[in-house]
Amino acid sequence: MRDVAVVGVGMTKWGELWEKSLRTIFVEAALLALEDAGLDRIEAMYVGCMSSGLFVGQEHLASLLSDYLGKNPVPTVRVESACSSGGLALRQGFIDVASGMSDVVLVGGVEKMTDVTGCEATYALGTAADQEYEGYHGLTFPGLYAMMAKAHMAKYGTTREQLAMVAVKNHENGSKNPLAQFPFKITVEAVLNSVLVADPLRILDCSPITDGAAAVILCPADMAKKMKKPAVKIAGSGQATDTIALSSRKDMTWIESTHLAAEKALSMAGRKIEDIDFFEVHDCFTIAEICVTEALGLVGKGRGGKAVEEGLTSLSGKFPVNPSGGLKAKGHPVGATGVAQAVEVVKQLRGEAGARQVKAASLGLTQNMGGTGGSSVVHIFEAM
Amino acid sequence: MPTPSRYWREIPQRYRLEAGKCRKCGTISFPPRLVCPQCAAREFEPAKLADRGKILTYTIIRVAPHQFEDQTPYAVGIVELDDGVKLTAQVVDCDFADLNIGMRVKIEFRKIYEEGQAGVIYYGYKFVPE
Amino acid sequence: MVGIIGYGAYIPRNRIKVEEIAKVWGADAPSYKKGLMLEEKSVPSPDQDTITMAVEASKNALKRAGIDPREIGAVYVGSESHPYAVKPSGTVLAEALGATPEVHTADLEFACKAGTEGMFVALNLVQAGAVKYGLAVGADTSQGAPGDALEYSAAAGAAAFLFGKDDIVAETLETYSYTTDTPDFWRREYQYYPQHGGRFTGEPAYFKHITGAARGIMAKVKKKPSDFDYVIFHQPNGKFPFRVGEILGFEKKQIEPGWLVSKLGNTYSGSSPLGLTATLDISKPGDMILIVSYGSGAGSDAFIFRTTKRIDEVRDLAPRTRYLLDKNKNYLEYGVYAKYRRKIRKAE
Repeated sequence: MRDVAVVGVGMTKWGELWEKSLRTIFVEAALLALEDAGLDRIEAMYVGCMSSGLFVGQEHLASLLSDYLGKNPVPTVRVESACSSGGLALRQGFIDVASGMSDVVLVGGVEKMTDVTGCEATYALGTAADQEYEGYHGLTFPGLYAMMAKAHMAKYGTTREQLAMVAVKNHENGSKNPLAQFPFKITVEAVLNSVLVADPLRILDCSPITDGAAAVILCPADMAKKMKKPAVKIAGSGQATDTIALSSRKDMTWIESTHLAAEKALSMAGRKIEDIDFFEVHDCFTIAEICVTEALGLVGKGRGGKAVEEGLTSLSGKFPVNPSGGLKAKGHPVGATGVAQAVEVVKQLRGEAGARQVKAASLGLTQNMGGTGGSSVVHIFEAM
Repeated sequence: MPTPSRYWREIPQRYRLEAGKCRKCGTISFPPRLVCPQCAAREFEPAKLADRGKILTYTIIRVAPHQFEDQTPYAVGIVELDDGVKLTAQVVDCDFADLNIGMRVKIEFRKIYEEGQAGVIYYGYKFVPE
Repeated sequence: MVGIIGYGAYIPRNRIKVEEIAKVWGADAPSYKKGLMLEEKSVPSPDQDTITMAVEASKNALKRAGIDPREIGAVYVGSESHPYAVKPSGTVLAEALGATPEVHTADLEFACKAGTEGMFVALNLVQAGAVKYGLAVGADTSQGAPGDALEYSAAAGAAAFLFGKDDIVAETLETYSYTTDTPDFWRREYQYYPQHGGRFTGEPAYFKHITGAARGIMAKVKKKPSDFDYVIFHQPNGKFPFRVGEILGFEKKQIEPGWLVSKLGNTYSGSSPLGLTATLDISKPGDMILIVSYGSGAGSDAFIFRTTKRIDEVRDLAPRTRYLLDKNKNYLEYGVYAKYRRKIRKAE
């Protein structure tokens, strides 16, 4: 296995992009990444997208997107793993280059979510859960995470305010991200007064419905060293699965798949969690970020709420989490999220993050997960 | 609109809570499976779930998928049945203020949703206070 | 000898008071309460219907009977509010109980006596040796037109009876049915609410058929009212059962244990059947019980039951009728009631 580097990144502004279709959003991000890399020829493409079928009635993205990017006949794979589709696409691209099968690979992620009503979007997102034994009974994604939150609060004393602080912190960071869907700050009171979605989660605890795409270009590290821009190595990659239904988990307050995926990625990178300088994690709901910080081992079990309260995960804290603004402020076009996390990490490691730059960053970690933790993908990036 | 086949296939589970018990390690799987999630063995005997238990966690859904829009707000919970199996379903016949972790509930046969005025009526299990 | 081997009741927890309905329609609540001897009625939740209540009542009957549901050979659901116009309630019930696939099922309708119709058929099949056990359920989520007199009483509930030849809880001594074509209350296909003939539903309908069936069955077995410990009449309102009892020569105390209507409303196909379950709940071994149903259209089914020692062993194996009537009640405002009963017109 050879070393793999990221040599180009691209991301469009995220939001409700009424004028742009799925294919347009993807191509724009992909072109930005190719331009950033200064490359034109790719040997393979991986696209993360959760549900173009339910959102825009379109499958067969392999053909559609390589066609519209002008890259036919390049071999293309559409990757799906609910909300970790993007991160998983990245892993597949990484494996393709690491194995020596391809040299230059484009990894993209895209989701176009606003061509359906809110109710239909809720339904489409709900397909990440167990359709027959969770969805059938009227559960939604906010509902599932709300149950995790209630259990976490009962078991560890995590408070409603601590959940709100995750959203506030991520908006603080997101206000410095020009591509974010919601680049503005919010307060704890605003979160606590926002409308209930699934008790105890309120609308401001939840990542939004977003249209967006992101892309990265991968190539062998040796090739990257000869290029102009500072490259970033993918030092580790890990993935793990867990039960589809929340009720089947051994511990509903713990995300085992993230824990295992992180262990594998760290092991590949030859690193410990303490070595990582900052983290882009999957805050689909505020409680998710709290659980992920515990699963990654940043803090002990049950201590995630306290950690955000004490500022440990703020931009200037001991372990900055979600300098990009996270899913909450940046947006969550499902299939694109995992790739956008990589875009942020690479920018940070290159020193290109502007007002939200993490100081002296040389190692970054992305954590992307599907469903309530049914699948998790972790990557570790190192400045070369 | 899906055909009724997906619903009909799960009727033994939806109506009678039929599960599978691993002959090797005794773990009860609901719904029944081909591979035991605990020990990976492949032989099972039929089992029926206990019909009561306690709430482990719950929430109140206020923004619902389209088939459940008319029902909001409604409570959903994960219940640990008296045989150890954990089951997800709505909790009804209970004021939201009375819901609490640890509350004893039992299973009742209820309508889950209907496909409009002319479509199939879907039935299944829900929890009510014991 | 055939008899009831298990019985069960189910009543939803929601209630609405007469005052609450009267308030909306500008009617005089006290005169309705006095005239109908009615205080409140049960209201099904949106996730309840004839089928769900039939399942729960039948499960209670099974608990008392203690038999293997696979041995149930016949399942009949009598209702005037079957959830489907075409597709039986009985198949869902039979499947939910585990009686399928070797079972005969049919849905019955005869206004308020569809429940006792099923009882008539089930017990005779057992008697004939065609099936080992027969299940009959009377269940309804009846609708009354908004503002109509029937809105005050149209309620929801279910009662289930398992018939067999062994371990009998109440022997069936005699049956008698009295039927004529009398259009006192009806609903045409595709109509949402029923219509009725006002005062015509009294003497030529309810009273004529109940007295006809009661006198007919008593003549058949050569018994008089005082020979019975309890009598249950169909309960469209609180007054009629006492009036017909008086006409026939029964005393109030024979009627009272099975008289649920003032707090329950008229559960249509569940009405006299629930009166029977409530009576069985408090009866002693050897009690003689007469039940006379009434269904508009019109007809009455009469049955004479005599309880055995086994009633003492089984009555508390499932919730008692009055327990379901009195516990965990949830009072609704008219708006929520109208929403639950789909009386509000929504966008398609």
